[in-house]
Amino acid sequence: MADKAEIMLEIKGLDISFRSAGEMFHSIRGVNLVLRRGETLAIVGESGSGKSVTMKAAMGILPDNARINAGSILYRPEPGSEPVDLLKASPKWLRDNIRGKSIAMVFQDPMTSLNPTMTIGNQLIAAIRAHEKVSRKEAADRAVTLLEEVGITEPERRMRQYPHEFSGGMRQRIVIAIALSCNPSLLICDEPTTALDVTIQDRILELIVSLQQKRSLSVIYITHNLGVVARVADYVNVMYAGKIIETGTIFDVFYDPRHPYTWGLLSAIPDDASGEELYSIPGTPPVLSKEPAGDAFAPRNPYALEIDFKEEPPMFRVSETHYAATWLLDERAPKVERPKALNDRIEKMKKEAAEYVR
Amino acid sequence: MSDKKEKLLQVENLTMRFGAKGRQNTVIHNVSFDIAEGETFGLVGESGSGKSTIGRCILGLYEPCGGTIRFRGDTLKPGEMRREIQMIFQDPMASLNPRKKVGDIVGAGLDIHKMYKSREERSERIGAMLERVGLSRVQADRYPAQFSGGQRQRVGIARALIMEPQLIVADECIAALDASIQAQIVNLIRQIQRETGTSFLFISHDLSMVRYLSDRIGVLHRGFLLEQGEPGEIFANPVHPYTRNLLASIPSPNPIIQFHPETHYDYETSGIVYENGTWHKTGDSDTHQVLCTNEEYEKWGIGK
Repeated sequence: MADKAEIMLEIKGLDISFRSAGEMFHSIRGVNLVLRRGETLAIVGESGSGKSVTMKAAMGILPDNARINAGSILYRPEPGSEPVDLLKASPKWLRDNIRGKSIAMVFQDPMTSLNPTMTIGNQLIAAIRAHEKVSRKEAADRAVTLLEEVGITEPERRMRQYPHEFSGGMRQRIVIAIALSCNPSLLICDEPTTALDVTIQDRILELIVSLQQKRSLSVIYITHNLGVVARVADYVNVMYAGKIIETGTIFDVFYDPRHPYTWGLLSAIPDDASGEELYSIPGTPPVLSKEPAGDAFAPRNPYALEIDFKEEPPMFRVSETHYAATWLLDERAPKVERPKALNDRIEKMKKEAAEYVR
Repeated sequence: MSDKKEKLLQVENLTMRFGAKGRQNTVIHNVSFDIAEGETFGLVGESGSGKSTIGRCILGLYEPCGGTIRFRGDTLKPGEMRREIQMIFQDPMASLNPRKKVGDIVGAGLDIHKMYKSREERSERIGAMLERVGLSRVQADRYPAQFSGGQRQRVGIARALIMEPQLIVADECIAALDASIQAQIVNLIRQIQRETGTSFLFISHDLSMVRYLSDRIGVLHRGFLLEQGEPGEIFANPVHPYTRNLLASIPSPNPIIQFHPETHYDYETSGIVYENGTWHKTGDSDTHQVLCTNEEYEKWGIGK
């Protein structure tokens, strides 16, 4: 299924540094990523791993202290069109053709992404008219339809209300309506449900999934919640210290993880079988003002080999869809088993899944 | 409830209102629960359900409008603060004074309660406490900005623990931390529980962590405690429609199994009036209880 769709977004060798307090922080250290049309991709990682920065680079909204050292972000706005390198495009072209139009973004906190002094109707109308020459009346009609589409009842009346009159979940629906107002082909959701309660999170995810099917959108989720990834994504990219360290389908990564960092992330989710001690990854993520010697994860990696401290591992192929950057996959590496607790958990998940499907 | 262990904290019919006279909003409705010695009680609920307000009433930061809070059998005066009840805050960045050295932050409680005889004793106790929570003695002379988020939360735990509390109210104390750090802090909390037998009121919206850490769980919605019981009971056999909806909403880290609530729970249309409910025991256990009317008890098929 996946091989047939065309490549919509391809990030190659992206490398970005930030200047802060007189120091350079090398926060993106060679990111490669492929998104095919109609697919859902998730980027997981901890704060500071570079997941948001990668997507901000694609949107052309990096802060002023960022410097792009290398790489390209090829994007095909329309099916079959020539790919454009978004990093080489002019700011004006990006603003007129890409940002908010072909690629739309939904941020974490719906309170800060909406203007508190404007009615939501006016905000929607402004968003529509910023990209298309339509009358106010026509834009208002479209706004009502959009609000209906994202599940807001009595849209005509709600158009006249201000953001503070809505609950957090409703506000996020409005943000999604604004994002959809110019019929984007790619929706980037940056922690879309992190600020919401689980019951509301469930409904917002359900909404995004249904809109995606209806409008044949491609979606990129940036999140730290592995449960959300398992629920919505087709493919996962796990980021650590500015690099993608494991990539695959959700089945590859959840049922057969290969990178010790992914092992740690999956093991740290408590389940009913968790014993006295919850598995935790020791130490803290590196500060990227110094170039890590070898693998950035090595100091926290209980499975680190000698070479991990000297040389960065390349991406090793596990299967056609599944790759991981760990020396453990090298043919010369000693055989290292996943932690038993994680293996047991994976076996249990597979068994439950088999029963569930039946 | 648990008669075997002595009750450390008893909250009875706690009621709390906010707002000016005549336009008052009741945010906590007759909430009752207790925490035994060495027990961890997990309070879960969505934002606005009143879980933090309950924690603050127990700490004496709010004066409750009704009900009593008993600590070791003594009724706490409204707004009374006790050395034996300490708090760990959510945001370790906002809860530490950036201009004070970490050693002085941890030692502030010792200073206030004059809990040492000499400077040496003070710095010895601070140093020992920092080591206890996984930091080093030399870090006492550093400022909060020089610590990572997880380390700052360790400082917050040290500050609470140095008062030798019998009850710690932990309000969303891991919500601001990254996944790999959360597990470290959760393990530290468990280690402290084992070593000191301190009781915890663990307030969180993260159901899987509450389940992992708690001996008993209370589910709060709109200021009402709706259901309480041991984690196994609540997770295996949730009774209240709200609890069922809440549990079904947790995304599972298993890609093939994704449960969804059969129907979305909406209080307004559910026909349930929380005010009318009384506590009912579920069929098989003493600990698992639910707030409902007799009709609802029949309808939800609890007794069977």
